[in-house]
Amino acid sequence: MASNGIRDRVAIVGMGCTSFGEHWDQSVSDLLVESSQAALNSANVPIDMVDAFWLGTLFSGQSGLTLSRPLKLNYKPVSRLENYCATGSEAFRNACYAVASGAYDVAMAIGVEKLKDSGISGLPSIGAPEDGTRAGLTAPATFSLLAPAYCKKFGVDEGAFKEAMTRIAWKNHKNGALNPRAQFRKEVAKDVIACSPQVAGALGIFDCSGVSDGSAAAVIVRAEDAYKYTDKPLFVKALSFIAGPATGPIDPDYDYTTFPEVVASATDAYAQAGIKDARAELAMAEVHDCFTPTELVLMEDLGFAQRGTGWKEVLNGTFDLEGELAVNPDGGLKSFGHPIGASGLRMLFEAWLQLRGEAGKRQIASVARGRKLALTHNLGGAPGECVSFVSVVGSERS
Amino acid sequence: MNGIVAYGTYLPYFRLDRKAIGDALGGGGGKGSRTVASYDEDTTSMGVEAARATLRGAPKLAPAAVYFATADPAYLDKTNATAIHAALALDDSAMAFDMVGSIRSGAGAMRAAIDAGRPTLAVISDIRTGLPGGGDEREGGDAAVAFLLADGDANTPVLAEHVASASASAEFLERWRIPGDAASRQWEERFGEHAYVPLADAAITSALKQAGATAGELAALIVAGPHGRANKRAQAAVGAKPEATADDLTGTVGNTGAAHAGLLLADALDRAQAGDLIAVVSLADGCDVTIWRATAALPSHRQKVPVAAQAASGGKVAYATFLTWRGLLKREPPRRPDPQAPAAPPSFRAEAWKFGFTGSRCQACGTRALPPARVCMKCHAVDKMTPERMADVPATIATYTVDRLAYSLSPPVVVGVLDFEGGGRFTCELTDVDPKAVKIGDRVELTFRRPMTAHGVHNYFWKARPMRGA
Repeated sequence: MASNGIRDRVAIVGMGCTSFGEHWDQSVSDLLVESSQAALNSANVPIDMVDAFWLGTLFSGQSGLTLSRPLKLNYKPVSRLENYCATGSEAFRNACYAVASGAYDVAMAIGVEKLKDSGISGLPSIGAPEDGTRAGLTAPATFSLLAPAYCKKFGVDEGAFKEAMTRIAWKNHKNGALNPRAQFRKEVAKDVIACSPQVAGALGIFDCSGVSDGSAAAVIVRAEDAYKYTDKPLFVKALSFIAGPATGPIDPDYDYTTFPEVVASATDAYAQAGIKDARAELAMAEVHDCFTPTELVLMEDLGFAQRGTGWKEVLNGTFDLEGELAVNPDGGLKSFGHPIGASGLRMLFEAWLQLRGEAGKRQIASVARGRKLALTHNLGGAPGECVSFVSVVGSERS
Repeated sequence: MNGIVAYGTYLPYFRLDRKAIGDALGGGGGKGSRTVASYDEDTTSMGVEAARATLRGAPKLAPAAVYFATADPAYLDKTNATAIHAALALDDSAMAFDMVGSIRSGAGAMRAAIDAGRPTLAVISDIRTGLPGGGDEREGGDAAVAFLLADGDANTPVLAEHVASASASAEFLERWRIPGDAASRQWEERFGEHAYVPLADAAITSALKQAGATAGELAALIVAGPHGRANKRAQAAVGAKPEATADDLTGTVGNTGAAHAGLLLADALDRAQAGDLIAVVSLADGCDVTIWRATAALPSHRQKVPVAAQAASGGKVAYATFLTWRGLLKREPPRRPDPQAPAAPPSFRAEAWKFGFTGSRCQACGTRALPPARVCMKCHAVDKMTPERMADVPATIATYTVDRLAYSLSPPVVVGVLDFEGGGRFTCELTDVDPKAVKIGDRVELTFRRPMTAHGVHNYFWKARPMRGA
């Protein structure tokens, strides 16, 4: 039994990403047409050459028809899947495996979500009929449990922790201000973030990611075919997906300062990719900043900071665009909002731009200095009961 | 010897200062305070709390029947006593019946339990209010009380022997309410007085005669009913010693309707000495009198927290909040998904968990699971679980959060991650709590609640509340 991985067996040769935001004038179908066309154009591939499709969406449609209908696909296989907030990444992972297996030559992973049509704030509720015994916490409330637990375990002053949370929001909005596709393209002052209306626990409005519509897509081929399509493909180094046993909320041994699922998926992904020191080897990381304490804890779970020091590293600017390891250089969920099915592929799109040197004002300097690897990370669920996805992609086939 | 072998009362945590009514409406509030059932309580959930307090006093005797009485039932058509039965984790063979809709049903449940001939739990619960500014709103109160009636034995001795009962019934329109109406109606006050006084006289005379006692021998005389003036007239007419008349709790608790006679009896039992004769007179659509004699076992078997102590504790609720909780002030809902009603089949399958708070313990490694599980989270043994009821196990707050986004009639929602004594963790809502006062490490206890009602379905489940003074 082992996670063997498919290192360097498949490559991304084209990507597309819509702008994210309140797209009152665009339907789910419009968004799917736009991102798929952009990805196909980027790869110089006509749609008939794509052999199979994986569509990620949580709320915006069911079955492969959600994609085949707007694209008028000619009797092609389309899988629709969801895996909470890692849905977009899960579409990518499955498309990669299909190509790696030899089943198809060309596959498309595409994610979409249209959240703004619901008329409510946050995510719509879904779920099977149940017995009414689950505590009805909102998402920000479940993630707010991280803050007091972290402060208590590591003896961190709650004010200092809040400052680190604020700096994460400030940094991601600063990065997003440079991104024409972001939902929010303005820097936000730290005191505005720190004093924003309370949502849950220590979380203010600005500690929470937004709600938006968006779509992103990738074209995946066998690694040996990659240069037929582009001179700057990205090779898939690692794909790891972990579903935890969801025991955190019922296990007194869980302390709400870590996501064991993230640790497991990062460990697996680094082994697949042959990464020894993620902080030193990666050019950038796109991580799941659904709420600011989440990003802080992820810095430790992904091995970018020692346990108990993530908050200090954040305050020192380690993860700034110009820092030692840029985290969420595109602005993250904070600037893009979180259209569930699209987010994982939107993260990958930033890796696509950065490693190819096409990120414009956001271009990370370490790429020019020779760093060739990027990481994307998604988390779905809540502390103690979540799914986690980690991918590593690189601009060079080893 | 037939009589009361255990008793317990429940007063909800919140108090409304009557002055707050006057302040809001421009006069007419009055003095003192009244008890207020919280937004997550109803007569069924309060009845469970009183019944739990009662059964703690008789750990060796399982009731064979539950009679539930209230003038304000949470459900019609569907029995409410079955939820109480389930929350107490009683055996399936125990009966559970409602006697609901009228104030007099409280006296009826008590009399039926006395006459039952088997260990029977009478649970009486009421939530009283009226239209804003009215006397019923001001003078009403919310409470639940429960008595376990049985023959008694060495393990579960009788605390108050049943000595005599007498009734006088009559049909007259004094206080009434059409189902669904927010408030009761009442005929001219002097008419009720005229109707009640002779009924009281007849029933009291008959009961004293059966008991072979005189009014002067009564150590306590309790008169309760929805008609304050009739109560006072009847009380004075009996001719008992002045010291037999105790505080009727209307100043601090309010008139708790169907539950009030029982509440005052419990209060008397909190203080009575062996041999004391206690007469309970209930004036509601007639008169029902019961005479009890306290036994030598009573002083060592009283309920843990006396009525007087319960009445003296609690926290304030604002008048606007009170109106919101009672559905008399409709507030703007948040832009959030509608709450989902619990579905019948999953609730049916989960009865022991949802109502009884029964988890499981792994026989292989001893790990507790809440909710019950088939596969152990620690040793992964499959189907090696035994059920374990956790409703009475205290817990400590491992961590918590204040959720200002979640929908509630009483925002913000406070949620605690609870670690139970002896193992087991569960995350649930905290209630009767000041969000600013919660701390990691606080001790809490479980309380049966009705967290919400959606699409005509009440969702019953457990929450945790701070352990106060115990």
